Amino acid sequence: MGPLVPDIISNNLNFMVALVIGILFGAILEQAGFSTSKKLVGLFYGYDFTVLRVFFTAGIVAMIGIMGLEHYGLIDLNLVYINPTFLWSAIIGGLIMGLGFVIGGFCPGTSVCAAAIGKIDAMIFIGGAFVGVLVFAEGYPLFEPLYKATNLGSPRMFESLSIPRNLFAFIMTAFALAAFWGASIVENKVNGVKKPAVRLTPYYLTIAGVGAILAISAFLFPERKSDLLDKLEDPQFVNSYPIEVMAQDQFAMCVMRMEECDKFQVFDFRSTADIAKFSFPRSTQFTFDNLFEKEPVKLLKIRSRINVFLANDEITERKMAIIASELGYKRIKILQGGYEGFRESVLNFKPIPNPKNIDEENMNRFRVKAAKMIPIISAQFKSSGPVKKTQKRIVGGC
Amino acid sequence: MNETKYMNSYLAGVLLGLLLIATVYITGRGLGASGAVKSGTIAIVETVAPEHVKNTKFYTEYGSEHSSSSPLMNWLVFEVMGVLIGAFLSGLMSNRIDFKMEMGKNSTTRMRVAGALIGGLLWGIGSQLGRGCTSGAALSGLAVMSTGGIITMFAIFAGAYAFAYFFRKFWI
Repeated sequence: MGPLVPDIISNNLNFMVALVIGILFGAILEQAGFSTSKKLVGLFYGYDFTVLRVFFTAGIVAMIGIMGLEHYGLIDLNLVYINPTFLWSAIIGGLIMGLGFVIGGFCPGTSVCAAAIGKIDAMIFIGGAFVGVLVFAEGYPLFEPLYKATNLGSPRMFESLSIPRNLFAFIMTAFALAAFWGASIVENKVNGVKKPAVRLTPYYLTIAGVGAILAISAFLFPERKSDLLDKLEDPQFVNSYPIEVMAQDQFAMCVMRMEECDKFQVFDFRSTADIAKFSFPRSTQFTFDNLFEKEPVKLLKIRSRINVFLANDEITERKMAIIASELGYKRIKILQGGYEGFRESVLNFKPIPNPKNIDEENMNRFRVKAAKMIPIISAQFKSSGPVKKTQKRIVGGC
Repeated sequence: MNETKYMNSYLAGVLLGLLLIATVYITGRGLGASGAVKSGTIAIVETVAPEHVKNTKFYTEYGSEHSSSSPLMNWLVFEVMGVLIGAFLSGLMSNRIDFKMEMGKNSTTRMRVAGALIGGLLWGIGSQLGRGCTSGAALSGLAVMSTGGIITMFAIFAGAYAFAYFFRKFWI
């Protein structure tokens, strides 16, 4: 599961990755024509909308792509840098940058590209940017109140607008396509081109086709959590889903003879308070959200382990197990009757009076022993608590 | 040999988008540029006036947020070095390498120098306030649908359109 930094790619190797990504970034920007200020500012005077086209195409492709990664559980967005929102600082900073754009003709990334191919104005621009940061640094006490005003945390736009994520992605895609259309009309008008801005040629049909695919994919990648939760609303789906149920006696046996059941581990979905009262050996406190997080799910991925899901009742166990199975985790079992059922019939076992046959006798003998031993074992081997998350959200941004 | 034509804008956009997805998947962060300027500035001030850095809030705050030994041991510094190399190679391939100054036909060299310097300065300040520039805040912010990034994106475009009329002499 992504991000690959820091456990698959070390922090040092990450610098090499940065260099390679930078080379590709620079080459794409340069090939797109971002190394000339006249082309860059064209969008603000209507004669060249290259920047708008490249920028929005890239933004939409990346946005939909990341939605896809998230949908298929390939990335844990809790670990990805989401730019924080400081409302006023974002607006005023943006307006100042906009002013800088029409005066200077570059933005920082493009100025580096242009300087690389020898544009003198770009080199001066970069010098100016250094001075600008210095001004900010030295005048920080002056800027600080604005810089830190209205801290809204790191919300995502669809959360701020309280609309579904898919709808927001669709709106952005539609907005971009409309902007491309409008831009072509303005561009042709300003440059005195008589041909209609959008024609029925294979070129335009391809763009429209790709745009339509992107717009539709916005709806193909619903948010995974809510999508799975929706499925659980259907009782028939829940009850008919094949989940292996572990019999109470077998579970008791595993708890009592851990050396014979060395592949057995318990995922305890009960509340912290319940777990503090009583927990099984080799159990880890787990939550619904943990099932989607990069570090906790590592436990579920350990090969050849039998993962027993435990909750107060069997239906909750079943639901969690269905989600885990849908997410692709294997060897998941649930405890028959849930914790409540187990407590009822094993821990508080009342021997059957006058056992009629050998089975009942065996059951009496076994459960009496289990009811005595399990609390002793449990007191010795406490639950290991929730999974400690050592990976922090990556610090990014400029 | 003449300069080769620029790449189709939409194709370049798709490639840039794919690169951004790869960046987020591998590193958990987006692309950027202004952060490298910030690191560079801090590194210079640190070398020139180390005492000053220890006593000034901006630098101490930066130090507490970044654990690396030097401000230059920064992801964005490496990435921007890559941009320089990549853009140079691309320019080399397409015969676009040339020392020159570009400006609108009604502009003068003096205007262009002053414009580039002031424009750069404004970006220096603005990108600090906006916590990123077109790449770090606007593009990468849009990719992860960050509210702050998207607001900054619209503010950059709004600012540029609002002020474009007053500086038209620079360009057209």
